[in-house]
Parts: sequence; C-alpha cells; structure tokens
Amino acid sequence: MSDRLSAAVVSVLVLVFIIELLRRRQLKEKYAILWLFVGIALLVLLLLPGLLTNLSAALGFELPVNFLFMVTLMLLLGVSMHLSWELSRAEEETRSLAEDVAILRLQVEQELIRRRPPSSEKVNRTSEG
Amino acid sequence: MPADGERVARWTHYGLLRFHDRSTSAPPGVLPEPPELRARTSTPISGERMSSTTNGTDAPRRILVVVPAHNEEECIVQTLKEIQAAVPEANVVVVDDGSQDGTADLARNVGVDVLALSFNLGVGGAMRAAYKYAQASGFDAVVQVDADGQHDPYEIPTLLATLGQGPERDSSRADVVIGARFAGKGDYDVRGPRRWTMRTLAALLSRMARTELTDTTSGFRASNQHAIALYARHYPAEYLGDTIEAIVIALRSGFRVSQVPVSMRPRQGGRPSHRPFSAGMYMFRAVFALGLARVRRWPDYAGLDREHHQGVEP
Repeated sequence: MSDRLSAAVVSVLVLVFIIELLRRRQLKEKYAILWLFVGIALLVLLLLPGLLTNLSAALGFELPVNFLFMVTLMLLLGVSMHLSWELSRAEEETRSLAEDVAILRLQVEQELIRRRPPSSEKVNRTSEG
Repeated sequence: MPADGERVARWTHYGLLRFHDRSTSAPPGVLPEPPELRARTSTPISGERMSSTTNGTDAPRRILVVVPAHNEEECIVQTLKEIQAAVPEANVVVVDDGSQDGTADLARNVGVDVLALSFNLGVGGAMRAAYKYAQASGFDAVVQVDADGQHDPYEIPTLLATLGQGPERDSSRADVVIGARFAGKGDYDVRGPRRWTMRTLAALLSRMARTELTDTTSGFRASNQHAIALYARHYPAEYLGDTIEAIVIALRSGFRVSQVPVSMRPRQGGRPSHRPFSAGMYMFRAVFALGLARVRRWPDYAGLDREHHQGVEP
C-alpha cells in the first residue's frame, strides 16, 4: 500500500513539474501532452489497484507489476521515438537556415562592396605624398 | 575595412540586419534607420499622407498590412490588388510561409514586399515574423489579412477606426481590434458541436475581455504598436493558438481587445491550410489552448510600456 502511495506522490510531483514548465513556456505543448498522458495514466493505474490487477490478469500477465513495467516501457518508447522524429525535423530546418544565412551574408557583402564610396586609399596617398 | 563614421551592418541576435555609425554609441534598441533600407520598402510613409486611416487628432499612422500565405498562388494577386486599392497609404507585406508554388514571385511582381520564411512555420510562426519585422521597421499598426480573399480589404479602415494609440484605458478604443464574422453582419456557415465550442469560447473570452467578443477564431485583426511589441516576442504557433491564445496573451498582458462586425466572403480559390478536425478534436484543442493561455505567465507589457513610452500618462 505504502509503495503504491509513494509512487503516486512521485507521479503527482512529475505532473506538477510538467505543468509548471508549460506555464513558464519552457515546454512546448506537443511534448507536454505526451508526458501529461504518461503521468495521468500512471496515476490512474496506481490509485485504482483493482484496475491494475484485473487488467494485468485479463491480459495474461503473471504479476501486476509486470504489466506496469510493460506500460511504462511502451510509453517511454513512444516518447523516445517522437523525440527522434522531432529532432530530425529540427536538424533539417537548421540546415535550411544555415544555408539561407550564408547566401544572405554573401549577397549583403556583395551589395555593401558595390555601394562603398571610392576607397580612402586615395586620400591617404595624397596626405603622405 | 570600413572607416570610423562609415555605416556598417551588424546582425542582431534576431538575425535582423541593422546599420549603425561606428562613431556614435547609440543605446541598444535605438538605432537609426538606414536610408538604404527605407528606399527598398514599397512606399515611403510621409507626413502628407492624411487619410481615413488616421484617428483624427493623432499624427498619421504607419500601417502594415500583413498577408500570411502558404501556397496561395491562385488568389494572392487578386487579394493584394484589392488591398492596394482599399488602403493605398499602407505598406503591404506577404509572409511566404515556405510555399512551394509561385506565391512569393507573384507577390513581388505586384510590387509587394515578401518575407520569405525558410520553411513552413504555420500562421502563428508567419505572424510572429511579421510582427518582428513591423517592430523593427517602426510601424504603428499591423492589420492581418488572409490571402484567400475571405477578409474584405475595404473593411480595414473599419478596424483601424477602433484601434487606439494605446495602451488603452478608454473603452471606445482598443489595442487589438478583431473583425468579427458573426456579429450581425454576413453569414458564416458553421454547424453543430463545433459551433457550440466556438460560442462557449466566445463567452469565456468575452468575460475576460469585459467586452463582447463573438468571433474569437477570426484572423482579421489589427494591432497597435504596443500589441506589436508584445506579439513580436510572444505569438503562439499551434493550431488555434494563433487566434484564441493571442487574444488571451494580449488580455493578460494588460491590453484591451475589442471587436467590430465585418462581412466575410467565401474563399476565392485554393485550399484551406488547416486540416479538417473532428468536432471533438477541435473542442479539446480549443479548451487546451484556452486553459494554457490562462495559466501561463505573461509579462505585463501594457504596464512596462507605459513606463517607457514617452509622453503617455500612466
């Protein structure tokens, strides 16, 4: 009983942490939703012991805790896969930005050179001469 | 090497290009506008331009009409020409949101500036880019107009008439003015649970804004320079965030939001950018967006700006 309670407390703390990150705009909604789902699912399973034992027995697990581990692992796998996908997208976008910046930089430099008034080397030469 | 006193270009942390004299030490954030950039924008704003878009006693406002567009080559030209005819004194900029078709080139051919994003960011992302550009260029008002022609450009002065210099305490003007579709004018065909969600949202937001807001998902809106400063930093990119959350952000930062009735037209061509959601999904996302916007921490821009804005009484 007490171990389930402490696990539930940890889940609540994690949920509160996620919500606070959301509040401070340090976590994007699409990531927060997954974690909130994980936290709430875990909380439900922990606080309703009957649900856990019945569900795990119905699905053929020998021990309820095995079912819990399985669920947790699947959810973590899902989150990892989602992160990999998002990271791939972000890298592609970053590449695009680097290319655009390089092109813009060159265009700006070319334009600045084009607009520069006749160079001050002539002035220096006359003052030295 | 450029000599002292010559104008040099520097990249700010935004990636915005700023020019400044090396000889002068201007305080950060106050950089002189380079004459070169001004010549490149479509039409220079001068003091002689008096028009219906001023609000009477105040100096003429520099207005920027922003048209976010993603693959809208079918209707962009017509929309832009109507805008130019309706508000010739305003600058227009198209935010090309990673279009793969000729949207950007068509816009340039009509003589309109284009902010070409490197990839698709969505309406929210496109609008934040536009607000940043408006802030950097010093515009006093930004009007968002859809590229598909649903928004009637001739209603732009209607929006601007209610837009105040702000921050607004007077109830007759607002910092953000929304062009509302179902406030009596025109008919907009929405049915069933989706309509119920929209009406509940409208009721909740009306309570927050302390004024009637019936159309909270309309993208046809005008913002004054204070709202521009806010939106240049905080503009949500998620679905429904760019409309609902944007209102809540403004309200929670101390600004006034109100609406004026406008008539809408059906889409003139092309396809809508939003995927059609089921009513349930729509409701969930709306509730989530609203709930999130309400609990998030937003800086008090109206308060901050009141301190820094010269000549405005708090």
